[in-house]
Amino acid sequence: MSAVTELERPDAADRENWDGGANTGHPVRPGELDLSHNVILYLDDISVSFDGFRALNKLSLTIDAGELRCIIGPNGAGKTTMMDVITGKTRPDSGKAYFGQTLDLTRMTEPQIAHAGIGRKFQKPTIFEHHTAFENLELAMKADKRVRRSLFAALSDDERDRIAEVLRRIRLDREADRLAGLLSHGQKQWLEIGMLLMQEPRLLLLDEPVAGMTDDETERTAELFVSLAGSHSLMVVEHDMAFVEALGGKVTVLCEGSVLAEGDLATVQADPRVIEVYLGR
Amino acid sequence: MRTPFTVRLIQSMPRGGWIALAIFALVAWVGIPFAHLALPESHPLHVSAYTVSLLGKILCYMVVAVAMDLIWGYAGILSLGHGLFFALGGYAFGMYLMRQIGRDGSYGADLPDFMVFLDWKELPWYWGGSDSFAWALFLAVAAPGLIAFVFGYFAFRSRIKGVYFSIITQALTYAAMLLFFRNETGFGGNNGFTDFKRILGYAITSPEMRTLLFALSALLLMACLVLGRYLVTSRFGRVLAAIRDAESRVMFIGYNPLHYKLFMWTLSAMLCGLAGALYVPQVGIINPSEMSPANSIEIAVWVAVGGRGTLVGAVLGAGIVNLLKSWATVSFPEYWPFFLGFLFIAVTLYLPDGVVGLWRKLRAGRKAAPVAEQPLHTPPPGSTTDPLPEGATAPQHAAPATAAKGAAA
Repeated sequence: MSAVTELERPDAADRENWDGGANTGHPVRPGELDLSHNVILYLDDISVSFDGFRALNKLSLTIDAGELRCIIGPNGAGKTTMMDVITGKTRPDSGKAYFGQTLDLTRMTEPQIAHAGIGRKFQKPTIFEHHTAFENLELAMKADKRVRRSLFAALSDDERDRIAEVLRRIRLDREADRLAGLLSHGQKQWLEIGMLLMQEPRLLLLDEPVAGMTDDETERTAELFVSLAGSHSLMVVEHDMAFVEALGGKVTVLCEGSVLAEGDLATVQADPRVIEVYLGR
Repeated sequence: MRTPFTVRLIQSMPRGGWIALAIFALVAWVGIPFAHLALPESHPLHVSAYTVSLLGKILCYMVVAVAMDLIWGYAGILSLGHGLFFALGGYAFGMYLMRQIGRDGSYGADLPDFMVFLDWKELPWYWGGSDSFAWALFLAVAAPGLIAFVFGYFAFRSRIKGVYFSIITQALTYAAMLLFFRNETGFGGNNGFTDFKRILGYAITSPEMRTLLFALSALLLMACLVLGRYLVTSRFGRVLAAIRDAESRVMFIGYNPLHYKLFMWTLSAMLCGLAGALYVPQVGIINPSEMSPANSIEIAVWVAVGGRGTLVGAVLGAGIVNLLKSWATVSFPEYWPFFLGFLFIAVTLYLPDGVVGLWRKLRAGRKAAPVAEQPLHTPPPGSTTDPLPEGATAPQHAAPATAAKGAAA
């Protein structure tokens, strides 16, 4: 895909915008996702250390709008930390993280980032076990999420329909009123994906979304993700190579906190450095 | 079409709940006043002044228990400092009661007796407005509310949780108690306020005033239950319970837990303040021992005994423990603390869902299909609830799915 040259870098555009913005050709709207350069996520030189351990080491990565990207890498490569940085859970020690051209992720809180359009699915399915599947989706639904609205919120017919539609899509329409804690593992995974869909995010971060799923469920998940790509951008962290192959997107290999290789799956799998990392030295 | 607010308010409580409330209102507003005021003392159904005051006091405790349950049972935040908010409300209204004594105190002075005793010549600035009933009521809500808001803002913003939060609230009420023990603080030192004479010019010890205070306590309790029920069945309540179960997930779907916790926390403190304001004229005294850490822990015990996460459980718990207490402190006063401690341990070990949980279990045991009574929410209208397997109604005790524990994967 497109090589990012110095000129196209979102932060360069950003600097220009803040310096006046008259010659960039379009106004900067604070808080709004700007995809004018067709890049939805831009990480540059990100480093994160925990007690001296470098979880991320000058990581640079860009994701195009509408892209479906797979991230693979051995344990401890920094995949989850990278998602933590993108979603505002962890602040990088150095480096830049932008959502679109203008939104500086390192200065936003988790709820702000969620509102801007980044949805995250955790490695371990985290759903609200004591709420029904329906309520889980209701809570995730894109809406005004301030206290004073939640106090008086009531579902409209449209909203009910949307929840019902997502329930059908994640095949939980018959489990709508079941407590989420009573669903099977695979169903919980799907419910969490459904919650992501309800948020209507632009970028979905999916941490091992098919862990614990049956082959059949895995296959259907791959179909779902492929159908989402284009209208959404997806970043999928996964160990299951068959699943990565089924997704068919570009693959980035992380190792020791930085990018080791990038390209389609076959190229990456043929890369001697990748083989060394995976098979040991 | 969206369901209108009033309909949702009515739907927030099951029919049985409304019927129970109506019966309660009938007893508290008609039955007991009649039995106390109209029946002669010789009549077997006469309710004595002692009983009316005791019941009024317990009603105030029940309000505190509901407030506690809203923040502990539904938001998962255990406060061991709710006695502070209760006492602050009591002190705020107590200031007014002290001013209503007028010149009938032992010194016959304009100032409250303890100030004369300290040789103070005028009221401290913060006693300004204390001769106004409306200001006293406002203060009884606003003072605990403000303190809770400021404290909660910093605590929740710093993401202080669990046992750490509990310990800090415990320290807070302890520090306040020490402060109020000092004579210089201007609230009567360790004697606090007492010897009240009047409210709005009417004698505080008259049977009519006693009955009125009792009826108002009952009204406050019912209002708290309706409000609480609405809150926990609203989307707000569902978000709150979601924060309790998986806070980071809630953040990643775009809610700010700080605001939700802070709202519930502050509201809970304000309800405690109102309860305190009604409590003080009924017991006739307020002193710093109300702020002692043990008092706040006792509030948690009430809720635990009744069953947290259910409003009716909080009410029952406060009632049961306090009736036991008023019996035990007469029969064997020195053993009461041990008994209370034993009760807490026993409930934690054997009745994790309190009396309400026990009752549900018994009922589920009797019927072939357990009844799915979900304490936290009603299912969306138009849907039916599946019968749940036993144990599924115990929401707080399953390990909360704390998301993404390992930061460095």
